[in-house]
Amino acid sequence: MIGQEIPQTSIYLPHLAELIRVESIAEREKLFEFKLKDRMELGHKPGQFIELSILGIGEAPISISSSPTKKGSFELAVRNVGNVTNALHHLDTGAMVGIRGPFGNGFPVDDLKGKNILIVAGGIGLFPLRSLINYIFDKRGEFGRLIILSGYKCPEERMLAKELDKWHKRQDLELLESVDRCECFEEWITNVGVVTTLFLKVDIDPKNTFAITVGPPVMYKFVVAACQKKGIPDEQILMSLERRMKCGVGKCGHCQINGVYVCQEGPVFTYAQIKKLREAL
Amino acid sequence: MENKIIETQNLGLFVSNLIDSKAEVIGPKRKNGKYAFGKIPKASDLHLDCDTTLLPPKMYLLPPKETLIKFELGEEPEVEPVVEAKPMILFGVHPYDIKAIELLDTAFSTTNLDINYLSRREKTTIIGIDCLNPNPNAFCASLGTATTETGFDLMLTDIGDSYMVAIGSSKGKDLLTKYAKTREATQQELAQRDSERQKALARYKVTLNMSPEEVPQLLDKSWDSPLWKERSEKCLSCGSCVMVCPTCFCFDVQEDVALNLKEGERYRQWDACMLPGFALVAGGGNFRGDKESRFRHRMYRKGKYLWERYAKLGCVGCGRCATACLAEIASPAETFNLLKEETK
Repeated sequence: MIGQEIPQTSIYLPHLAELIRVESIAEREKLFEFKLKDRMELGHKPGQFIELSILGIGEAPISISSSPTKKGSFELAVRNVGNVTNALHHLDTGAMVGIRGPFGNGFPVDDLKGKNILIVAGGIGLFPLRSLINYIFDKRGEFGRLIILSGYKCPEERMLAKELDKWHKRQDLELLESVDRCECFEEWITNVGVVTTLFLKVDIDPKNTFAITVGPPVMYKFVVAACQKKGIPDEQILMSLERRMKCGVGKCGHCQINGVYVCQEGPVFTYAQIKKLREAL
Repeated sequence: MENKIIETQNLGLFVSNLIDSKAEVIGPKRKNGKYAFGKIPKASDLHLDCDTTLLPPKMYLLPPKETLIKFELGEEPEVEPVVEAKPMILFGVHPYDIKAIELLDTAFSTTNLDINYLSRREKTTIIGIDCLNPNPNAFCASLGTATTETGFDLMLTDIGDSYMVAIGSSKGKDLLTKYAKTREATQQELAQRDSERQKALARYKVTLNMSPEEVPQLLDKSWDSPLWKERSEKCLSCGSCVMVCPTCFCFDVQEDVALNLKEGERYRQWDACMLPGFALVAGGGNFRGDKESRFRHRMYRKGKYLWERYAKLGCVGCGRCATACLAEIASPAETFNLLKEETK
């Protein structure tokens, strides 16, 4: 006997959600909107993730792309890359999926209030960042400057193009975009080069700025170096780490970085924390 | 703690009575010259003199494969949790395995309570027995896991003509009252138990050359040791060390659909951080893609990570991993001793 009360519910039981909208946003990427069957709100924070089940296929961790300020439904932008995401990409509206979560710590929005926000997105790293960007838009007065640096491999991989175009028209943010390579310069009139080359084009007040970056693992070292060069303290450089989060509840061990369960203590870490995690980057 | 005596000739009766009580009795049995936990149909099948079993009793609390949910497919799918737990008595569990179960208890009951594990655990009675002839690869004496004062309902010690029984819970006491013929223990018999335990400590052949508390500190400064690469080069990435471990609890989640394509189930099964695909993500990235980092991760989990999280070492010194490892690199004691040598 261990004197532990037995819980009433299983942490492994998914809640059903209905797919209510699908929008193709690039060759391998779609935006999916869901409505939970048994409750109104997902109740997440920007930067958290859920475990998405396609019953009969499996479960995969997916970051949430919509802001909690959007009520009644939530969105996942997903690249077709594995078994579950492939099955998801073949679903039509009306289909039911399973959702567990939200899990993880998310972006520390309370710490970000009153600060300037420098967002650095690489490729589909923009998907989880979209939850924060839309959150800031909906509570614009609570935050300082919003600067978004967004990089893609090539112009064809510029996902969420319609939204990006809308963002460009807004007066309350600075959006700079770049592609790593481009064979059609006349069509791509902004920056060519990795996303960190955009740092040359912005002036920031490092003490009052939080840098928040999400992208492929290879990108982080360069973004951190660029932030440090600008004088942003390590405690104010935030990043979200990708790992194989299978259970989402700190048990299965797949997402461990050293002794840390990314699904519980992450996926968002400051660079000050990551420096001490030898396997993180 | 209250102690009773069961005469050796009466122990079989206790086991038979437990079997007749309809609870499933599980204990160590002979298997191809070795020992393995299994259902005990009659008292004579129970081998309480075993050195260690091939697999730990963990397999009854966290089964190798366990259904978590069942679902029905269709336009209006249905999902329901599956929790399977029935009363069972684990009879003949060694103290190191009890220490390992205490770690599992902590892991599955600390935040995000795991209903599957905890339901099964609640219905489980643990009757331990002191290990007097340790396995040649075991080093429990160095870890303080050769004996235990907690984690059992009853704890037996073979003191020659009789068994000393320490009572660890009211559930254990009830079982004794109902099913066993006991008498009070004498001071002489209590001294005899201490003596048998002391003698057993001297029979351990492997020694950890430091206190358990020193291991996390040692690993703190050993990340960049050349030993990780040297020692892991022989690793076959077979995962055997993890599969036989009483404290490993990582799992994979998979699902199957029935042939009628109408229903299915999701299950978890044991997984191993020593297998190459453990940290693989969709798209092909692998966060521990080489043997060196996997080998180091396992040793850190045993000696540091779980210590930091649950204040318990992730190794109880049973020696099963060392027995199972064909490359002869799995023993945490050997690795920790070598690292300590390096830092001298």
